[in-house]
Formats: sequence, C-alpha cells, structure tokens
Amino acid sequence: MSEDPTGLRREDVVYVARLARLDLSDDEVELFTGQLRTVLDHAADVASLDLSHLEPSSHPIALENVLRPDEPRPSLDRDEVLAAAPLVEDHRFRVPRIGGEAP
Amino acid sequence: MTATALSLAAAIRSGQRSARETVDEALAAVAAGDGDINAFLTVLPDEARAAADAVDATVAAGNDPGPLAGVPVALKDNLCTRGAVTTCGSRILEGWRPPYDATVVEALRAAGAIALGKTNMDEFAMGSSTENSAFGPTRNPRHSGKVPGGSSGGSAAAVAAGFTPLGLGSDTGGSIRQPAALCGVVGMKPTYGRVSRYGLVAFASSLDQIGPFATTVEDAALLFDVLAGHDPCDSTSLPSLPEPTLTRVHDGVEGIRVGVCRDLVDGCAPDVVARVQEAADALAGAGAKVEDVSVPEFGYGLSAYYLIAPAEASSNLARYDGVRYGLRVDGDDAAAMNTATRTAGFGAEVKRRIMLGTYALSAGYYDAYYAQAQRVRTLVMRAFDRAYESFDVLLGATAPTTAFDLGAKVDDPMAMYMNDVCTIPSNLSGHPAVSVPFGTGADGLPVGVQVLAPALQEALLFRVARVVEVHAPTGASA
Repeated sequence: MSEDPTGLRREDVVYVARLARLDLSDDEVELFTGQLRTVLDHAADVASLDLSHLEPSSHPIALENVLRPDEPRPSLDRDEVLAAAPLVEDHRFRVPRIGGEAP
Repeated sequence: MTATALSLAAAIRSGQRSARETVDEALAAVAAGDGDINAFLTVLPDEARAAADAVDATVAAGNDPGPLAGVPVALKDNLCTRGAVTTCGSRILEGWRPPYDATVVEALRAAGAIALGKTNMDEFAMGSSTENSAFGPTRNPRHSGKVPGGSSGGSAAAVAAGFTPLGLGSDTGGSIRQPAALCGVVGMKPTYGRVSRYGLVAFASSLDQIGPFATTVEDAALLFDVLAGHDPCDSTSLPSLPEPTLTRVHDGVEGIRVGVCRDLVDGCAPDVVARVQEAADALAGAGAKVEDVSVPEFGYGLSAYYLIAPAEASSNLARYDGVRYGLRVDGDDAAAMNTATRTAGFGAEVKRRIMLGTYALSAGYYDAYYAQAQRVRTLVMRAFDRAYESFDVLLGATAPTTAFDLGAKVDDPMAMYMNDVCTIPSNLSGHPAVSVPFGTGADGLPVGVQVLAPALQEALLFRVARVVEVHAPTGASA
C-alpha cells in the first residue's frame, strides 16, 4: 500500500488516534490505515467536484436560537446522576490528577 | 402476537381484553423465541406488568387510557429509560441507568403503551447489520443465517418475530428503513425535527431521527402520531402536527404524481428492481401518475454521508471519557484514564468512524472533506427540491439486496456502507421516508419498497405507502 491517491499515511492514523484518545496496536493501525483509505478513496468522487457556488449545509432545517422563559424548574436528581458515575467523592466526580500536577 | 396495535388497543380500551394478558403473552413469546433471535438486550417484565395493570385500572375506572392502551413496544437501546439499563450496544455504557426518560418514552407512556424491553443494535447505531453490537448479533426472524439489517435490527426483528406489534428505532442513514426492509416490516423515518431527539443518545445530531416500526402502515401512522410533536427540550424540534396522519391513511393516490427514482433503483439486485417496478405499476393502477425521474446528485450522497456522520460522531462521542457515566479504566493521569477507557470500551467500527471523523475535521483536511461534504448536502437538498417541482412523492428501493449472510460484510466496511445508498439522501435532506414490505426476492426473503416525500408530508407518505402495502404480493414475506 505505497501509492495511494488519498495520501493517508500510517502516521496520520497514529496522530488521529491520539487526538481521539484511542490507543491502537500496530496491527490495528495497519488495518485502519487500509480501511480508512478505502473510504476516503470512495469520497474522492465528491472531493473532486467543483461546488464553490454552493454554501455548505450543516443541518436540513434552518436553525434558530431558541430561548425559554427564565423560570426555575426541576432538574435531574443529583444523587441519581452521581449514582451512574464510576467514582464519586463528596458529591463530586472523582478523576485522576490532570497533566503534571502533583498528586 | 399477530394482532395489530390498532386492534389490540381497541380491544383493551373497550375492556374486551386486558393489558395484563397482552403483556404476559408478549413476555411469554420473548421468553420462548428470543433465545434464537437476540432481539432484546434487556426485557422489563416487572415494569411492563405494572404499567399494564395501571392501564387496566384506568379502563376499569372509566377513564381514557390513550390510543396505544396496553400495546407492548420494543425500544431501541439508545433511547434513555430512567432507571432501566441503556447500553447503545456498547461496552462503554454497559450497565448504565439513565437518570431520565427520553421524550418519546414519556409520550409512549402517556399514550398507554407498554415498554417491553430494550433492543439490540449496532454499537452507537453505527452499522447496517446489528453485528457491531458488543452483546452479540441479532438474527433475522425470517432466516436465522441472515442479518436483520441495522442499526435498529433488534427492534425490526422484535416486530417481525411477532414479539411486539410496535417498535422504536433511530435512523441516521437508513437505520430504521433498511432493517425494516430486510425483516419484512414497515419502518419510517420522520422529517428531521418532527420527533424529539431528547434522550436519544446522539450519533450524528444533524441526521438522527427517531421513528416507528410496525407490521402495517396504519400502525406506523398511529405510532408516529403519538411520537410527533414539539418538545422544548430539543432545540431542533418543529411545531406540533396540525392534524393526525392516521385519519388520512386511506385517502388513496388518485392524481398523486409519483416519480420512480432510477438512481434509487437501477443499481439494486434484479429481483429488488422488479419489485419496485411492480409497486410503481400498482400505484399507477390505483390512479397515481407514475413516471421515471433521474436525480443523479443522489449518487454523491454516500460519500458525503460517510464524512458528515463520522465527523459529528467523533464530536458527540468525545463525552465518553470515563468521568460521569459508564466504563472507567484507570490510568496514571486523566488523559491516560480517558484513553484507556475509550480503547477498552469502544468496538472496532466505532473507533473507525471516530478516526474517520477526526481526520475529516482535522487541520488541513477540513475544507477538502468536511466542508465539501456539506456542500454536497446542499447539492442533494436542491436536487430534491427540483424533483418535487414535478412529483409529489418519489419511489425507490430501500436496500440494494435482500438480507445477507451473517458475517458476510463485517470485515469490509465499504461493502457494509453500500447498504445505505438508497436511504441516505433522505437523511441528508431531513425528509420523511418509509419502507413498505413488498413481496420477496429470488431467495424468498423480504423486499422493501421505499416511498420518499417532501418535508412535513408524512400524511401523504403514509397514504402512498398504504396503497403499496395493499398491492404487495400476497403470501410473500408474511
């Protein structure tokens, strides 16, 4: 798989996996590189179209900002929400240290 | 259970039969038959019986139990059910009990329907065969060696097997209509915004829409009418229906202009092409004006979809970080924990799509892939508008083939994606579409014919679908 019109390289897959917080084995990198190339090859039909006269559409309907009256109303039960969390301490989500902070 | 939802609800409302016996029969059918099919991930016997007893008490008190009184419904497992496990077919949400109900679940309860259980699906609705579930595949009730389609294969199979008269699915690129076609039931995707997405676990937010499975077009309309309506919890929710669609299902197609969309027919298997032509002939015989139409822009839909949907998914699925719900795999710091959790929790197809989407959104490729795909979306929407200047509805196939063998396409993502080629245009445009069973292919398996309509034209969609249904070859796919 040396020549490929999409130009997707092994390094790209490794880089994208890191952005997406996924850890891939060498075999998975190999497999996904080939499979993603196949999909991107297929997408070459749209990549090559001249559509500069068209605006991109992000949604099928025109989105409007929707506001509701600023009135108090019930929200989710805190204990019920926290019951679904993997680790809780003192009514808060507990997570490992972030970055290089001291523990 | 062979009775329709309409007849069951009528019998329960009038006291001729009880909701409790109806639910007990459905639970018994699941217990007896679902070991081979695996349509359900979770069955809710206690909750279902309690809800049935409440319906019976309402009837006994002389009050209105609602239009779906006592009717068992199968819910796709990406619809949040308060306190009841909701997995999306993923290890990363295994055992998760949502703290709230989806708006559609509340609407079903208010209508008297009974949530019988949660159904199997491709992980996070990514797939066309239900083989991407972390909890094993669902088998097609018509043939145990075949897939039921996907991603809502569990709900389609539950209805096709007769476990429940109704089911709910979600359709992002065809995930209601394609399994409906492969299992021989009716499956419908409403107009984007018609049905609230609040409590539907997000896959691709600009494409996702919840819709009904049923054994008849009437039942699908009945269920759609219950689901449709404005919801302040969904910022993309449209105003409520001006009138129910059910009352117009039998209005016929006299004078309706039907465009047989060659681009949604000609690439399909010969037996599928033949069924669509027969359905077109039947509509003409019933008084519709039927002509061929070509919309070549639809040919670009698949490529655009497989950039847009993964891009949105890569963003939506960033929330699975091991902090607030679901799986956590420990790591030395937060980033390591996030990575270990996602690596262990997501299956191969979900990883593939997250990476495809991340790539399409990344610096240097955004314009070439994602922005270009969004322009194709505009192109497809304009092509629809042009077609609907000459036609009231379009007709095509739902899926290119009948149900394929389990395992046949799991290792070839592009071959799997091709299943969605006829259904994707309606997701890109946000228009409603329905798959109606229409005879069988050469292999004796069900074929689905697809009817497409402009935005908000669900009543017309069901009218045309009803005429197709009436003329379906008898005995086939039954």
